[in-house]
Amino acid sequence: MARQIGDVIVDLQNISLRFGGVKALTDISFNVKEHEIRSIIGPNGAGKSSMLNVINGVYHPQEGQIFFKGALRKKMEPHEAAEQGIARTFQNIALFKGMTVLDNIMTGRNLKMKCNFLQHALYWGAAQKEEIAHRIKVEEVIEFLEIQDIRKTPVGRLPYGLQKRVELARALAAEPHILLLDEPMAGMNVEEKQDMCRFILDVNDHYGTTIVLIEHDMGVVMDISDRVVVLDYGKKIGDGVPEEVKNNPEVIKAYLGTSH
Amino acid sequence: MLYREAGQFKATYAEDSQIFPIRQDKIGFWLLMLVFGVAVPLLTNEYWLKAILIPVLIFSLAAIGLNILTGYAGQLSLGSAAFMAVGAFAAYNFILRIEGMPFLLALVLAGLTAAAVGILFGLPSLRIKGFYLAVATLAAQFFIVWALVKFPWFSNNSSSGVVTAQDVTILGYTFVSPEAKYVLTFLIVSFMALLAKNMVRSSTGRAWMAVRDMDVAAQVIGFRLMRTKLLAFAVSSFYCGVAGALYAYTYIGTVEPEGFNLDLSFKILFMIIIGGVGSIMGSFLGAAFIVLLPIFLDNVVPAIFGDALGAGFVSNFQLIVFGGLIIFFLIVEPHGLARLWQIAKEKLRLWPFPH
Ligand SMILES: Nc1ncnc2c1ncn2[C@@H]1O[C@H](COP(=O)(O)OP(=O)(O)OP(=O)(O)O)[C@@H](O)[C@H]1O
Ligand SMILES: [Mg+2]
Repeated sequence: MARQIGDVIVDLQNISLRFGGVKALTDISFNVKEHEIRSIIGPNGAGKSSMLNVINGVYHPQEGQIFFKGALRKKMEPHEAAEQGIARTFQNIALFKGMTVLDNIMTGRNLKMKCNFLQHALYWGAAQKEEIAHRIKVEEVIEFLEIQDIRKTPVGRLPYGLQKRVELARALAAEPHILLLDEPMAGMNVEEKQDMCRFILDVNDHYGTTIVLIEHDMGVVMDISDRVVVLDYGKKIGDGVPEEVKNNPEVIKAYLGTSH
Repeated sequence: MLYREAGQFKATYAEDSQIFPIRQDKIGFWLLMLVFGVAVPLLTNEYWLKAILIPVLIFSLAAIGLNILTGYAGQLSLGSAAFMAVGAFAAYNFILRIEGMPFLLALVLAGLTAAAVGILFGLPSLRIKGFYLAVATLAAQFFIVWALVKFPWFSNNSSSGVVTAQDVTILGYTFVSPEAKYVLTFLIVSFMALLAKNMVRSSTGRAWMAVRDMDVAAQVIGFRLMRTKLLAFAVSSFYCGVAGALYAYTYIGTVEPEGFNLDLSFKILFMIIIGGVGSIMGSFLGAAFIVLLPIFLDNVVPAIFGDALGAGFVSNFQLIVFGGLIIFFLIVEPHGLARLWQIAKEKLRLWPFPH
């Protein structure tokens, strides 16, 4: 493999997050290193999605600190996280339902587009050039994810598996440094899962994109992750390379103790 | 076989992202422009120009304004008429109070004034959505009309706020005849419709639609909610403001604040519901439909039923038809006439082979 795991890029220290009386996350610390595939696993309601929401500023933890590229991150809004190169997909598909596949993916490039609305209104010179330059980038992503034949389709008409893929395309269009994927393979059949795995590995390998992945399929997780962190009831119960995690008695107990 | 994109391959993304990628559509569009820009003013009579074509154009512009805010950016507004009022009274005051104010500049300034007021009343949208926002815009509707009546300065101290639009003069030429006023309105509205179309098909429009469809995802992608929503309010109000100014200057000539009441706001809302929410072309279709329908019914209903039904019936019948249509479009075809037109075109593309 060409890629080499780098320094710590996101460092979460003693994160606690509450919603009223519900403790979604309790005193969690772990880090993500550059270029790695870092998975978060755990039973339902363990706090995995909340963890991603903390990383990209959708939720603000009551306690704890987040270091991003070595610097302490102040309260960060989601669009600021995006500006820092963090992109993500959602557990419940969050595509823009009224737009085509192409337009959805084009939105992924908005931070790289510099023209203002007056230039857009005239659609002349710079604005048109910019639109086309970004369209070319988007077409690369479309080709990479093999969704050429649906580019003009409204996303609402697509089957679930393809919607998940379009959502990944939108995230990739931003050329992120860090990609947060919340159950990208949920509800897919074996073949679709294999495709998705291949895309994730390719992105990681080709572009060196750091990936934080939430996934319930243990086979997939153990296969493609560099390191895995395990949450249960909002607490961290395991952290390490797949081998370590698999043999961690607490992890085994958590998984045997639930319906998984 | 006549309406087909066969053989028209898109070699570049520039070609693919045109407003009318299919050649027949482009030809059709220019034919329409010729008909409405040249043939119509030459061939139709004064009644058609004054009572139908000019108001259709002006309402289309207002409907585009509302469509930008509600159809594209997803922020429901019941205050369109009030923003038209701001535009009308702003234009009046700019022309009245500034010596030698060119008409077109006054129109732009009127739009900008409406945009500023729009931003102000758009601020609540940062905290509230949907029904509650609609109520906030309703407050704008009542407050603005009230303020225009309350402070006589706006109407140059005329009684009950009635103002008479000054002459429209551009480069020494005064637009007096209905034909001249129509052509001026046509040019302004077409130009602004083009600008709107360009905005909605580029990054600005995608930002609006993203915020409309899923605001959390829009933020996570990097759009700024506040900026995006307020821009929609500003641009939308600008369009309504210019429409309001044209309403005063090229349509009815004498306006009062009460003329821009909630009824008118609802009328514009119905235009976009019937014409097509989130469609520039739909704004025109909806405006034409709502202006023409009562005229059509006035002529057709008595012709069919004779006088037996009485005069009151026709106007009640209108309301029933409107209500029925709006319910139909809301439930059956939320994308309105514009979508029906698209479906018809898709059918035509496959014709004569149904599959
Ligand atoms: N916005 C919110 N408001 C209130 N409670 C929340 C919110 N988001 C998450 N929670 C709660 O926090 C806890 C953790 O939820 P989270 O979605 O992070 O779990 P998860 O590990 O992603 O679960 P799943 O595997 O089902 O996706 C749950 O008890 C959930 O109900
Ligand atoms: Mg989850």
